[in-house]
Amino acid sequence: MLDFFKRFFNPEPSSVTARERLRLVLLSDHLALAPDVVESLKHDLIAVISKYVDVDAANCDVTFEQQDRQVAMLANIPILGMKPAAKKPPEPPPLPEPPRIDPAPVSAAVAEPESEPVVVPEPAAPPKPRRRRRRRAAVSAAAHG
Amino acid sequence: MHELREDPLPAAPPPPQPRGRAIVVTSGKGGVGKTTTTANVGIALAATGARVVLVDADVGLRNLDIVLGLEARVRHHVLDVLEGNADLDDALVSDKRVPTLKLLAASQTREKDDVDTAAFRGLIERLRERCDYVLIDCPAGIEKGFQNAIVGADEAIVVCTPEVSAVRDADRVVGLLGDRLSIRLIVNRLRPALVRRGKMLSVEDVNAILRLPLLGIIADEPGVIVSTNKGEPISLDAGSQTGEAYRKIARRITGSDTSVPEAPREASFFDKLFGGQR
Repeated sequence: MLDFFKRFFNPEPSSVTARERLRLVLLSDHLALAPDVVESLKHDLIAVISKYVDVDAANCDVTFEQQDRQVAMLANIPILGMKPAAKKPPEPPPLPEPPRIDPAPVSAAVAEPESEPVVVPEPAAPPKPRRRRRRRAAVSAAAHG
Repeated sequence: MHELREDPLPAAPPPPQPRGRAIVVTSGKGGVGKTTTTANVGIALAATGARVVLVDADVGLRNLDIVLGLEARVRHHVLDVLEGNADLDDALVSDKRVPTLKLLAASQTREKDDVDTAAFRGLIERLRERCDYVLIDCPAGIEKGFQNAIVGADEAIVVCTPEVSAVRDADRVVGLLGDRLSIRLIVNRLRPALVRRGKMLSVEDVNAILRLPLLGIIADEPGVIVSTNKGEPISLDAGSQTGEAYRKIARRITGSDTSVPEAPREASFFDKLFGGQR
């Protein structure tokens, strides 16, 4: 009933819907068109997560998908094992790559060969797409949305 | 009201030069009015006295000839010229209504893959040497036909209707055109009454996404359909508001008009009652 009155007195013009749908579809089009950006984002993402857990870097998958009202980043990052000091964040990150500790060799309880996709909501400022003009468009779209 | 953030005409057009300008009319999506735009802008340009050649690059689906009303006079086509079976001069059809306008028709029975990209570029070069403007009617899509159509051009007109599908495809095409071509936008088939009621994307909505210098705005009006039925492009009609919009676009291309494109006015009750085209 309330919905009916809402729609009657304050109908959202279809052009507003069109604008919103275009904003989303273009955001995901541009992300899909910029593999280099996705690649470097994936690289950084893996680097951050590797501080806490051992991940299977070769089998990581980062994609963007348009969902109902937003573009979502789907990251599927298989975890090989925990790092010993995973409880507390490492103090000043050591400059060279910390020595990689082998995943617990036999303990099946620790190893997680398959992980659930981690759904990260669309960041406020999407990663830089290939063309500069595009970036402006994408950023402003996200900012106003 | 209709001010846009970007300068509608960023750079003054180059001064008259021995070599003509090659402009490709493209859109990505089909059915948004590329051919109608090419025909009308071409006629309006030629009516200013400029020497204009229209090239139909839509090999296999040729239509520019019929929109112009010249279909009965086409004897040779693009591939005849490219393959050396016809002289370029023999293949160019002149328009009796506007003597400085010529048409090079596409081949109807061949395919886009039959056109060699380098040879097509060479053909556009030859045409540029003998006229002021070469307008290339690009096929829909982004495959080889599109690549052929843009290769010889250094300017592009992107035609887009106020629809989500057309804007998305235009956005893709703008990305493919890259920085080599200078690109301008024509928003086609605008219905001001629908925009006012929030039922259609406005020119500003479209260009908030495409961010192109605006070359013109064409109304969605019955006159365009009627003129196409007859093979008499509406830019030949001195009394038509839409015809005038095309003539303004031509003047913006030549550089003699620097006004900001305005949205067409809404058809009044009396226009609808007596708007007399059949």
